[in-house]
Amino acid sequence: MTQFLQQIINGLSLGSIYALIALGYTMVYGILKLINFAHGEVFMVGAYTGYYTAGALGISAFEARHQSFPLYLALLVLIASMAAAALLGVLIELFAYRPVRNAPRLTPLITAIGMSLFLQNAGMLVFSPNPQRYPAILSEVRFEVMGVIVTNIKLTIFVVALGLMLGLHLFVQKTWTGRAMRALSFNIDAAKLMGIDTNRVIRSTFAVGSALAAAGGILFGLDQITINPLMGVLTGLKAFVAAVLGGIGSIPGAVVGGLLIGLAEQLTAGYLSPEYRDAITFVILILILLLKPEGLLGVVRVEKV
Amino acid sequence: MRILRRTLIVGLCAAALSTIGCKKKVSESAAAAESANATEIVIGHFASMTGSTAHFGQDTDRGVRMAFDEANAKGGVLGKKLRLVTLDDRGDAAETVNAVNRLIDVEKVSALLGEVASSLSLAGGRVAQHRKIPMISPTSTNPKVTEVGDYIFRVCFIDPFQGKVMATFAHENLKLTKVAILRDVKNDYSIGLADAFKASFTELGGTIVAEQAYSQNDTDFSAQVTAIRGTAAQAIFVPGYYSEVGSIARTADRLGLKIPLLGGDGWDSPDLFKIGGDAINGSYFSDHFAPDVATDKAKQFVANFTAKYGQAPTGLGALGYEAAEVLADAIGRAGKTDPGAIRDAIASTKDFEGVAGKITMDAHRNPLKSAVVLKIEGGKAKFETSIAP
Repeated sequence: MTQFLQQIINGLSLGSIYALIALGYTMVYGILKLINFAHGEVFMVGAYTGYYTAGALGISAFEARHQSFPLYLALLVLIASMAAAALLGVLIELFAYRPVRNAPRLTPLITAIGMSLFLQNAGMLVFSPNPQRYPAILSEVRFEVMGVIVTNIKLTIFVVALGLMLGLHLFVQKTWTGRAMRALSFNIDAAKLMGIDTNRVIRSTFAVGSALAAAGGILFGLDQITINPLMGVLTGLKAFVAAVLGGIGSIPGAVVGGLLIGLAEQLTAGYLSPEYRDAITFVILILILLLKPEGLLGVVRVEKV
Repeated sequence: MRILRRTLIVGLCAAALSTIGCKKKVSESAAAAESANATEIVIGHFASMTGSTAHFGQDTDRGVRMAFDEANAKGGVLGKKLRLVTLDDRGDAAETVNAVNRLIDVEKVSALLGEVASSLSLAGGRVAQHRKIPMISPTSTNPKVTEVGDYIFRVCFIDPFQGKVMATFAHENLKLTKVAILRDVKNDYSIGLADAFKASFTELGGTIVAEQAYSQNDTDFSAQVTAIRGTAAQAIFVPGYYSEVGSIARTADRLGLKIPLLGGDGWDSPDLFKIGGDAINGSYFSDHFAPDVATDKAKQFVANFTAKYGQAPTGLGALGYEAAEVLADAIGRAGKTDPGAIRDAIASTKDFEGVAGKITMDAHRNPLKSAVVLKIEGGKAKFETSIAP
């Protein structure tokens, strides 16, 4: 029982990270009907920005003295990396997607894959291909509840992810930009006719989605101990499956999908065999596409002719 | 469809252009190699200079380079200078085959050195055997490596022995009876070593209480560690490579599992301590060489290596040096740079005094050497005991 609860806790924290990344896929898809394959690399760059920002803020000195990194500096790291990723997201949109926005749907998909490969290799060139240990931005505190180990890192991952998702919900529901995003996702041409600056709204969609991925990157580094330039490939794919599982285009769906994928992966690794941990995600993808292609919380849109 | 076709055409053109570019380069360097052959002997080294096992390649290459520099300072071999060409295989099997082919076709090497990882030595070794170029692997311990053929040698012990060393150490010295195994299922070395450990440990009367697995480049090990935590394991045998082992140690620590990890020579890298931090303290691994306890020759090597690179050698650096020395010695005895003659000379290596022990090649092209067990304390590996075959 303790073991089962432990696997659930591990799965939820991994799932929250998937959920944060899945939000970016789902938001972009909701508006542009484009799968932003470079999103996993934005997540990677976010993690590395956090790594270097923490380094610049002198984290190694704190680690050497076994002191915890001050909370305001940790927040600064988070904000810096979210800002850098937001900028990267906007640039990717500007250079790789905007020029081909009116081209057939296959074209932006191919530029997305190209962008993803470019960023992976640029990452290996700039950050070195060797895995790096992630700095202890949060120093670890461990609690034991009935034999189940919960660390403050797992709790923080959960709380930060939940907080950001709530913030996103409010942003989309309550702000003018959020309303414009929903209008675009409903009908981009009608929105344009209503005087909405579509470029601006698309830009902010990329910025917000990328910032969330960067937060996911930092949480991933804290949780998984090492980062490398190819970390975004598999994690990004799994988050994409999470978005499809929840219903691509649906924000609550991305959250539910992320948590479910995290749990499925962890329980498979714990009880079936760790060799199937990656396979289970894609089995889920195939099943959902066969049985309920609109996803768990997605809505069926009637194609108008 | 039209787009697809256009992409294909562009791709094909690019591929055609790049082969033209390559061909030109090939013929130029081939000509250079021929003209240089009179004054130098070219030795190829394929190694993971980047990637998740980058420390393996970098450290081995330092050892190899140092051995050749020293030989050249003494006038070289057969009156010719040894020239080392190192190609990066990025820790990838397909890339390894490319690197070995390039070393043979473009650089026209007389002999090959490489790899650390057994999976990659197998990949490169098949090419070397097929092309009949002698190859010495410094530290691939999987028995299958030299079984590839009569041109493939190694200068280290093999895994059935290494597994026995750690099993004996766990059972006799640490008095353990229940051990869990966590192996890398994508890695020939890890699989073979885990099997050898399991066989020896159960033979000694111990029990394997859990068998878990991961794949190279995994980052999340919490499921496996949680499963092991539910058993009565007194230690975990993790015959993997340092990047993952460091993460596994931290995961175990985070989940409150306070038992030592045991492992093999794949742990040997300063990055193990960087990634594992305090969590890796109190763990043990078997290795080829302990820098803190050594013969006079080894002490001299450690001093020279540290002076040259500003860092003490790992066991892999020492074995790289040793492999290069064995090769240089064999070329000297062969009296010519013909690959077949070099092969015969390596095969007849007898009582060669290396930095990590005496080397005599047996009929299977493996030397018989003893192993050391190192204990990790305060972010350093210290000599614990030595176990003879």
